[in-house]
Amino acid sequence: MTMIHFIRTNGEKVSIDAIPGSTVMEVAREHDLPMLAACGGSLACASCHVIVDEAWFEKLGELSEEEEDLLDTAHGLTHTSRLCCQIKVSDNIDGLVVNLTPME
Amino acid sequence: MSEPEIHGSDEIHTSDIVIIGAGPVGLFSVFQCGMLGMSCQLVDALPASGGQCAALYPEKPIYDIPAVPQLNAAELIDCLEQQIAPFAPIFHLDQQVIELQRVGEYWDLLTAAGKSLRGKAIIIAAGVGAFGPNRPPLANIERYEGRHVHYMVGEREQFRDQRVVIAGGGDSAVDWALALVDVAAKIYVIHRRERFRAAPDSVDKMHALANAGKIELVIPYQLAGLEGDKTSAEDSTLRAVLVKHLDGTERRLEADHLLAFFGLASKLGPINNWNLGIHNGGIAVDPTTCVTELPGVYAVGDIAMYPHKLKLILTGFAEAAQAAHAAYTVVNPGKALHFQHSTTSGIPGLEK
Ligand SMILES: Cc1cc2nc3c(=O)[nH]c(=O)nc-3n(C[C@H](O)[C@H](O)[C@H](O)COP(=O)(O)OP(=O)(O)OC[C@H]3O[C@@H](n4cnc5c(N)ncnc54)[C@H](O)[C@@H]3O)c2cc1C
Repeated sequence: MTMIHFIRTNGEKVSIDAIPGSTVMEVAREHDLPMLAACGGSLACASCHVIVDEAWFEKLGELSEEEEDLLDTAHGLTHTSRLCCQIKVSDNIDGLVVNLTPME
Repeated sequence: MSEPEIHGSDEIHTSDIVIIGAGPVGLFSVFQCGMLGMSCQLVDALPASGGQCAALYPEKPIYDIPAVPQLNAAELIDCLEQQIAPFAPIFHLDQQVIELQRVGEYWDLLTAAGKSLRGKAIIIAAGVGAFGPNRPPLANIERYEGRHVHYMVGEREQFRDQRVVIAGGGDSAVDWALALVDVAAKIYVIHRRERFRAAPDSVDKMHALANAGKIELVIPYQLAGLEGDKTSAEDSTLRAVLVKHLDGTERRLEADHLLAFFGLASKLGPINNWNLGIHNGGIAVDPTTCVTELPGVYAVGDIAMYPHKLKLILTGFAEAAQAAHAAYTVVNPGKALHFQHSTTSGIPGLEK
C-alpha cells in the first residue's frame, strides 16, 4: 500500500492508495483532483506544480535540470516545489504529503 | 481579466464547419470534413498552425503515428497541411475565439480580433486551451497590461530612461536585459535561482554588467505584486513591482515597466463559459460521435473527454473522423451519407 495525501488549496485532505509505477500526477488526474497537467507528463509545461511537505522533500531525491528549468515558468514557488509528473509512486513514498496549487 | 475591446465588422465568414484550434487534430478534421464535401474554416490563438506540436516540441521526433515510423512534430504539421490543402480551408490565426452563440440554425463565433465566423456545425479541437503568454497571477495585472506590463517587446526605445523590471530566467529575459542596458534608466532582473537557462555567452555578459552596476540581479526572488498610482481612482499607472525572496522577505522595486517572460501557457478561457460541462479542462463527449452537450457542437483531440480517453494524436485523428461523419447529418439535413473509402472516392475537393 502506498498512501499519498493531497491537500487541496482549501485545506481539504484527499488520501489515495496509489499503485506503484505511475506518477503522482497520474494519480491526481485519475482521481479527478484539480490539476491541468497540460503536457501529459512529457516535461513541456509546469501545470502539475505541487508543493511537497517539508518533511518529504529530501526523500524524493534530486530534481533533474529539465524539471528545474520548467519550474522557472511556474508561479508561487517555494523551496519544496516539484512537478509531480516527475515523482514516481513506490513503497519509498508511502505517506507522501503534497499541496496542490491553484489551477487557472 | 478585462473585456477585450471588440471592433465588430459586419462581414460574416461562413462555411459548413468552423474548427476551433489548428493543432494536429483540428487540421485533420479539415480532411475528414472535406472528404464528406463540407467546407471548413479554422481559428487559432497562435500566429501559426500546429498547436502543441509547433509551440512546444517542433524538433522532437514522434514514433507513434500509424504507418510513419518516425517524424518530427514540425514535419507532422507540414504533412497535415499538404494533406488538407486540396480542401482550401480558411485560416484565421492570431485570434482567440471568445464567444459561441446560436443564431437560428447556425453557430456564430466571435474572435478577439472582431471577426464573425458562422458554421452549421462547430468542431472544438482546442487541445489544452488557447496558447498565450504565461501571465504571472498578480492581483490587478490586467490593468497595467499593454502600457506597463509586457509579455513581448517590439521596440527598445519605448523604455528610454524608464525603470524596468525583467522577470524570468530564459533567453528572453537575458537578451532583453542586455538590449536595454544603454536605454533604460534602471534594470532589475528577477529570477528564482542562480542558474539561467539561456545562452551561456549572454548570461556571462549579463553577470559582467551586473558586476559593473548596470543591471541589478534580484535573486532568488519571484514576483509578488504590483503597486499602482494610489492617487488615481483607476490606479492604472504602475509605480512599483513587489518581489518576494523564497524565504519570505519582500522588496519593493520602484519601476515603470514589468517585462514578464515565463513562456507560453494554455488556458481554456472563454470556452469555460459555453455550458459545455467542462471538467478539469476536458469537454464531455459521446466518443461514438464526439458530440458535446450542445447539438451541432463537437469536441475532438486532447480536449474531448470520455472514460479511458487516451490523449494521443492518433486518438484525435479517429475522433475527427467520428465527428465529421456525425456533423454531416447536421450540415446536410435529410441527405443520406453515402460511405466511401478514400481509395474509391479519391480526393473530391469541394463541391461548390
Ligand atoms: C512534449 C510533448 C510530446 C508529445 N509527444 C507525443 C507523441 O509522441 N505522440 C502523441 O500521439 N502525442 C504526443 N503529444 C501529445 C500531442 O501533442 C497532443 O495530443 C496533440 O497536440 C493534441 O492535438 P489537438 O489538436 O487536440 O490540440 P493542440 O495541439 O493542443 O492544439 C489546440 C490548438 O487550439 C488553440 N485554441 C484553443 N482554444 C482556442 C480558442 N478559444 N481560440 C482559438 N484557438 C484556440 C490553441 O492555441 C492550440 O493551437 C506530446 C505532447 C507534448 C507536449
